Amino acid sequence: MTFIETFLNLEVMARVLPMLLRGFVNTLLLAAAVLTIGAVAGVAICLARLYGPKWARVLAIAWIDLFRAIPILVLLILIYYALPFAGIRLSGYWSAVIALSCVFSAFTAEVFRAGIEAIPKGQIEAAQALGVPGRSIIAEIILPQAFRIAIPSHTSNSVAIAKDTSLASVVAMPDLLKQATDAQALTANPSPLIAAALIYLAVLLPAVRLVHWLERRMKAP
Amino acid sequence: MTPAVHIAGLQKWYGGFHALKDITLTVDPGETVVICGPSGSGKSTLIRCINRLEDFQQGRIQIGGAPLPGPREGRALAAMRQRVGMVFQSFNLFPHFTATENCSWALRRARGVPEAEARDTALRLLDRVHLRDHADKRPAQLSGGQQQRVAIARALCMNPEVMLFDEPTSALDPEMVKEVLDVMAELAEAGMTMICVTHEMGFARRVADRVVFMDQGRIIETNPPERFFSAPSSARAQAFLAQIL
Ligand SMILES: Nc1ncnc2c1ncn2[C@@H]1O[C@H](COP(=O)(O)OP(=O)(O)OP(=O)(O)O)[C@@H](O)[C@H]1O
Ligand SMILES: [Mg+2]
Repeated sequence: MTFIETFLNLEVMARVLPMLLRGFVNTLLLAAAVLTIGAVAGVAICLARLYGPKWARVLAIAWIDLFRAIPILVLLILIYYALPFAGIRLSGYWSAVIALSCVFSAFTAEVFRAGIEAIPKGQIEAAQALGVPGRSIIAEIILPQAFRIAIPSHTSNSVAIAKDTSLASVVAMPDLLKQATDAQALTANPSPLIAAALIYLAVLLPAVRLVHWLERRMKAP
Repeated sequence: MTPAVHIAGLQKWYGGFHALKDITLTVDPGETVVICGPSGSGKSTLIRCINRLEDFQQGRIQIGGAPLPGPREGRALAAMRQRVGMVFQSFNLFPHFTATENCSWALRRARGVPEAEARDTALRLLDRVHLRDHADKRPAQLSGGQQQRVAIARALCMNPEVMLFDEPTSALDPEMVKEVLDVMAELAEAGMTMICVTHEMGFARRVADRVVFMDQGRIIETNPPERFFSAPSSARAQAFLAQIL
């Protein structure tokens, strides 16, 4: 067998393409859920940490520390394999959504906290001195500016968590990687793996470029 | 006559540091009071207590005869703050808003004024500080002096009973100081009640009705400017004037 026939076997790739595409769609669904849930939860946790009552701050800090410390794979396996012993049985997809969203929310909260803390305190005092209610100050003065500051780091984290969706393959979720390894077993040929890697790169390389571009644009005033 | 601002027996500590010591000061409507004194004497702290950007431990403050609400009386405090305008040394404009939006925002969010009406008010006050032509610019597109005048217009939009100024020209290049002081003098002329922390002694001489001299957290003397500059009562004020004039 030639190199091409082994690793870049177009006939094999064509045969497993529908399977890979189904995996790709699942990966996209997982990433979309994690990026949405994790981001919304992250901002909420960040606000709780900065402006919430004492108990909410303590909870937020504990949440952030816990999920920044725990390896995603460990968390994922705990949720999928250990929770059933407590009577909680989740599908591979939902286990992955929960594990990745928890971790992503912790990273998001930290990125937005840095964004909020970068806003000069004087602006907030000026808004308070005008008698504007706190929620308008947060919504219209703090958050828009903090989002802008946080966007490059948040995008970078988003790319990282999108890559980590491939961990879902270990809990039997039929994501792109799992479909590719199944296809490899089916065809007894590694070409599906190569094809899957190319699909990951096709999406993630432009995303990495985007991070660069955002970082450069933010540095310019 | 009800005083515009009445401060009685005000005491403020930062931890163990006694920052304001038994401050009593009454400002009548239409009066312009200049507060001066050496660095660290408590001028900013005092002016920031008047709208409770700083909390204090003892004493009373009344605005237009009504007690200043406490820091935990959120709504009442916000309502009171609408009656007291404040201008900061560092402008503190909202950089993502245009000059007009900087001015109209609080009217809309604190008072619920409709957008068109808030915009008209903003433009009227930008005109008053001679910035009508710059209404659609962002702070970054304006000079320091222009930014500070936008900040004054922003405070005036709420139609306050009192204006507080904390060293409004200290962050400005020398050639821009005058345009800001001129706007402040026009305001005083028009009958606004003003409390100004400033080291601009020319302004104090021309515009102030009274000069308050502070040192080490205390009011050392209060005198009309003619008196303060020609024959200050206290040795400390004499030393201070000798140093800055
Ligand atoms: N947040 C704070 N915590 C502790 N001490 C403070 C704080 N803010 C001010 N102080 C202290 O209180 C004193 C008065 O400060 P304040 O800023 O009111 O002085 P100032 O008269 O405005 O001086 P300047 O002319 O330099 O602006 C200073 O000794 C200062 O170090
Ligand atoms: Mg000061």
